[in-house]
Amino acid sequence: MSILLSVNGTKYPVDVEPDTPLLWVLRDTLGLTGTKYGCGVSLCGACTVHIDGKAVRSCSVKVSSVGEQEITTIEGVSANGLTIVQQAWIEEDVVQCGFCQSGQVMAATALLAANPKPSDTDIDDAMKRNICRCGVYQRIRKAIHRAAELNSGEV
Amino acid sequence: MAIKRREFLKGSALAAGAFTLGFMIPIKTRAGQAGAGGDTFVPNAFIRITPDNSVTIIVAKSEMGQNVFTVLPLIVAEELDADWESVHVEQSGVNAAYNSPWFPMMLTGGSSSVYTSWETLRKAGATARAMLLGAAAQSWNVPVERLATRNSVVTDPETGQSATYGELAALASTQPVPEDSPLKPESEFRLVGKDQMRLDSGIKVTGKARFGLDVAVPGMRYAAVARPPVFGATLKSFNATAATAMPGVIKVKEVPSGVAVIADSTWRAIKARDALEVDWDEGAHGSRNTTSMLEEYRALADTTGFVIMQEGDFGALAAAAEQVIDVRYEFPFLAHACMEPLNCTVHDQGGSAEVWTGTQTQTADRSKAAAILGYEPEAVQLHTMFLGGGFGRRAAAYSDFVVEATHVAKGEGVPVKTTWTREDDMRGGQYRPMTVHHSKLALDKKGNPLAWHNCVVSQVLDGFEELTGTKIENFDSSQVEGLKEQAYPVQSLTLEAHLVESPITCLWWRSVGHTHTAFLKETLFDEAAHAAGIDPMAYRLNLLAQHPRFIALLEKVKVMSGWGRELPEGTGLGVAIEESFGSIVAEVAQVKVEGKKIRVEKVWCAVDCGFAVNPLGVREQMESAIIYGLSAALHGQITIKDGKAVQGNFNNYPVVRMDAAPEIEVEIINSGAKMGGIGEPGTPPIFPAVGNAIFAASGKRLRSLPFGI
Repeated sequence: MSILLSVNGTKYPVDVEPDTPLLWVLRDTLGLTGTKYGCGVSLCGACTVHIDGKAVRSCSVKVSSVGEQEITTIEGVSANGLTIVQQAWIEEDVVQCGFCQSGQVMAATALLAANPKPSDTDIDDAMKRNICRCGVYQRIRKAIHRAAELNSGEV
Repeated sequence: MAIKRREFLKGSALAAGAFTLGFMIPIKTRAGQAGAGGDTFVPNAFIRITPDNSVTIIVAKSEMGQNVFTVLPLIVAEELDADWESVHVEQSGVNAAYNSPWFPMMLTGGSSSVYTSWETLRKAGATARAMLLGAAAQSWNVPVERLATRNSVVTDPETGQSATYGELAALASTQPVPEDSPLKPESEFRLVGKDQMRLDSGIKVTGKARFGLDVAVPGMRYAAVARPPVFGATLKSFNATAATAMPGVIKVKEVPSGVAVIADSTWRAIKARDALEVDWDEGAHGSRNTTSMLEEYRALADTTGFVIMQEGDFGALAAAAEQVIDVRYEFPFLAHACMEPLNCTVHDQGGSAEVWTGTQTQTADRSKAAAILGYEPEAVQLHTMFLGGGFGRRAAAYSDFVVEATHVAKGEGVPVKTTWTREDDMRGGQYRPMTVHHSKLALDKKGNPLAWHNCVVSQVLDGFEELTGTKIENFDSSQVEGLKEQAYPVQSLTLEAHLVESPITCLWWRSVGHTHTAFLKETLFDEAAHAAGIDPMAYRLNLLAQHPRFIALLEKVKVMSGWGRELPEGTGLGVAIEESFGSIVAEVAQVKVEGKKIRVEKVWCAVDCGFAVNPLGVREQMESAIIYGLSAALHGQITIKDGKAVQGNFNNYPVVRMDAAPEIEVEIINSGAKMGGIGEPGTPPIFPAVGNAIFAASGKRLRSLPFGI
């Protein structure tokens, strides 16, 4: 059965079982390996992508349930150069091993789109779904505040 | 992986298609030979300069978040006087030129990358620079002494003449290799000793960095393996009828570690693997559980063990002591839980092979893969990918994930990527060992320590026997590391150990033995301070007076944390200090205890690694080490029931997340002492600092990890 997926502005027919998690379709079928596998059950956030702009865990989304909704992955979010979130990430030297960072960037991007000036509590609530085993949380927090400043032109 | 620094910072990496992966460079052993006949200058195994003035620095350590991709090139670039803004960084292949000074193999571990590479890389840079200078002097027919270098250019200040390193590359290759090139004095450092931002940020925030899990090579197939759920169990039989009939399944095969399913996607392989009907012979351990193991460990810890060290007469001193603190400290098995689950891709090409994986032990992995395939090690090309965390797990002494993936791919003729699910990874053993310490500390009338007796119970770490090639008898060095050389003055120190046989495999886990010895020592001496009625900070400052580096760090965290200030009810400060991997770290934690809830609000950390090559990287590694330790201190434990690991994912093996992450302040003391490591030393003190703060906050002395009130 072929399913038509809209990913990063392009339509892809994919021939997989309908219950296949979107994560594995992105990674193995479409070769978009920026989206990571970390837990498989919505616990770590490494697989975070946007579906119609909302941050979701692609490991727990059946590919058949996406329909015509637009999927954006880390590859699509920065197709036109670094986003402000990514710039802030680099400025704050956020990453270490980097494996969780696609998911962190996608989660933070969705947070800032919905809430351009998040408080520390807002950041806790939005980002606590994303695990980082290198423990760079403090720099993620700084980078989100930095991105909010960059977005509002305060710098 | 080839990385050009400028591309990251300018963001142009986004436009630059695929990065080359695991690019193998030609390495010649003799520098004079290396570039002969070519225009490329390859003075040694770490540097390559091409006529277009492109300076490539080769990194022979694995990048797992600890920043070797930035800091190691920085050291070379400093002595080479290379233009840091334009250096390329490349991952090395497997070569004896990159062996660890400790073992005849490549190794990224033991917090050793920077301090064991420091001299080698400085000399590599200085030698290359001297040869470039020699080339310029020859070319311009001027004395070499008057020439200067800066940003990959040689200049003659007298004539104003200049040439890029690239322009001099061909001639430099013909220069004699200097026996001993002078190294820069510290006062002339332009790059090292200053905050340097990471080179791999750009590709890691855009999803372009390739980890082992991301390997995609033409014709690749995907595998998942059913492994025995009970430790020590073996395969009896299996029925693959249902699995074989599932979509995309290509093959089901027995491998030494279990039953492998090869399919055309990861998901299909996992689903078919789960559909296998496997009959396991549980062996002798089907009823093993950690509750009874703990009872056994406790009982053993009360008996005389193998005597590792016996200084002074504990019995006599204890008999005459004012009081003896007699306590047990207990530690669970811990999984590394790297963010990237284990994986390895192997392509058996018949006579030769390629391996792609994130590993800390390339040489051993390659040799084992080659032995399985029946090839010479040189016929196996191993590509080191970025590691989504290592923490020791990817320095698997028996190369478990590489060995298994090689068996899976053997004879297949196509690349096969074996992926472990999170549950496979977490339940797959190789844990920090469960450990019990029984300590007795005798104090005099003033509360000063007189004599200390400690008996530890745990098991052998897999790695040591494999690396040293000798069977470990009597005790494992990780059982007492940090205790044998501990700094507190006592008239008598006795260290005993029991080794327990167990089917549950154990391995080094970020900071290894210090994960438990630092907790035991720094909790015990905190208890002693309280027993003596002395402030724990003052008690340590007094006892460690003969150790100026310890004192400087304690004084530093004392000021940073405002030690002694008034705190709200239920809030407390705890301090701890530990020397490990050649560095010393002091930490103060501020903890709030509300009912059963423990909240770590803030951590102050002072570190002395001798000299911080990249202070920014050092501070980041302290933050990382603290959060990693804190996850274990608050939550981490693998328990065994019916021979199986109970915890399998982040629901029952929780870790610190954003909402529980304390603010962390780090300061560095460059004492000028011998350089030490940075990857691990931040982890040990956080366990006792938090435990001591819990005591200060609540009066509850917790001696068992993870903390629970």
